Amino acid sequence: MAGHTSRERGGLEGAAPAPSSKKGLEGAAAAPSNKKIQIRRVSKSFGAAGRTAPALVDIDLEVADREFVCLLGPSGCGKSTLLNIVAGFLAPSAGTVLVDGQAVTTPGADRGVVFQEYVLFPWLTVAGNVEFGLVLKGLAAAQRRAVVARYLDLVGLGAHAEKFPVQLSGGMKQRVAIARALANNPAIILMDEPFGALDAQTREVLQDELSRIQRLEHKTILFVTHSIREAVYLADRVVVMTSAPGRLKQVFPIKLPDLRDRFAPEFTQYESEITRVVKEEVAKVHP
Amino acid sequence: MSSAVTRFAALLAVLSLWAAIAHGNARLGVVNPVLLPTPAEVVAVGVQSARDGELLRHVLTSLARVAQGFGLAAVAALGLGIVAGMCAPLRLMVEPVVEFVRPIPPLAFLPMFLVWFGLEEASKVAFIGYTTFFPMFVAIAASVLRADVMLLRAAASLGASRADLIRRVVLPASLPGIIVALRLGVGLALFVIVGAEFMGADAGLGHLIMEGRTFFNPAQIVMGALLLGLLGSLINALLLAAERRALRWRAAA
Repeated sequence: MAGHTSRERGGLEGAAPAPSSKKGLEGAAAAPSNKKIQIRRVSKSFGAAGRTAPALVDIDLEVADREFVCLLGPSGCGKSTLLNIVAGFLAPSAGTVLVDGQAVTTPGADRGVVFQEYVLFPWLTVAGNVEFGLVLKGLAAAQRRAVVARYLDLVGLGAHAEKFPVQLSGGMKQRVAIARALANNPAIILMDEPFGALDAQTREVLQDELSRIQRLEHKTILFVTHSIREAVYLADRVVVMTSAPGRLKQVFPIKLPDLRDRFAPEFTQYESEITRVVKEEVAKVHP
Repeated sequence: MSSAVTRFAALLAVLSLWAAIAHGNARLGVVNPVLLPTPAEVVAVGVQSARDGELLRHVLTSLARVAQGFGLAAVAALGLGIVAGMCAPLRLMVEPVVEFVRPIPPLAFLPMFLVWFGLEEASKVAFIGYTTFFPMFVAIAASVLRADVMLLRAAASLGASRADLIRRVVLPASLPGIIVALRLGVGLALFVIVGAEFMGADAGLGHLIMEGRTFFNPAQIVMGALLLGLLGSLINALLLAAERRALRWRAAA
């Protein structure tokens, strides 16, 4: 179904003169670039054959090395679906995702994932969770201890290494999850509404920490959120999606210093501009 | 502490009630006192049997049969349960067979086991293995199936291979269910060992009970039954302690 649709589109494009901006984009993609993640015409439909519902339609997005991109959109717009496709948890119905030019087919250690519900291994201690990936890599115990200590310190949990996840608050669990992803040293980190389950205060504290960590670690981050404020605070680029089925609506490069002030006039300027665009989409769902 | 006191008091109350009824009957002669032994008489039979060394032989024989039959079944149920829990096509094939065999009371097949495996140890071990395998297999496969898919995703994103996923996620995640299945299996093994030893055995607690019937010694029958209860409680307590140790992460909060 989706394949058929995309063929039709291709035919139309072949007949009509291609828009020049599109051409320029493709030219940039073909050159050996610093594009870490390339999402190419990805569509995704759910449901049994015959009565499928499209969740994502023709998503084209590139994320540069060390870039922090936030996916923003009304709930149900498919932003988490897109993240799950990049993670390799879901296969796209059409299109491909390339990481370093290689097609993504399965999850892998090159793409760390931080989930909204933390998803820590409950039978392992905090240290055991953080070293999980290092054990898989076969790192020696002494090296593992050093890496675990470094990342637990980075997220401020050095004193809690021997606790079990049930003993931690939500904010602490998410710090462990972030440390677990970082310790495995992936080039890319995918974050699916990681602070969505936290209270407002904890949320801002963790945003501050993530911003600080990113200034130290320089990962390529794809971050899903429905908080405009969070997106403007963290991202180099904010990608706004349409309401379901999800398409790209508008991209906002955020030209603010790395260390941001939530009360600066430029910050609130971005916030209100993006809010206006997001509201158009929300209004389609709840007129 | 207070719960331990309550438990002890409840046991003591039942024991006192039994003693009161048995002694009352002995005085009033409602039924023949031989048919209703007192606690003291039962203990006396036990002590006598223990002095002979017979009691230990019976207990060890029964325990060895339980250990072998249960052990074999546990290994098989664990292996097949994990495979069935992870592999949907296999589960679809195995499920109807298991669902058909499971409601058949195992004792219905006991004569067949005697025919197939003879009157020696093999028939008892095989029978216990058969009895305990199905419920353990079903419970283990179900708990493997329940392993959280998000945990598997998290592990895969940290670089876990299929073997890593089984060893480091599926097994620990389903450990609570596996331990429950093993406790169920041991309980069942103690349940059916008596029946297996009623027929064609020359030792074991079931044989001891049957001997009590043959020589018209109700005290010996009661002694054998109570001993089975005691063994069952002890084994269950050991397994519960092992469970608490293995799952201490759950109680850590």
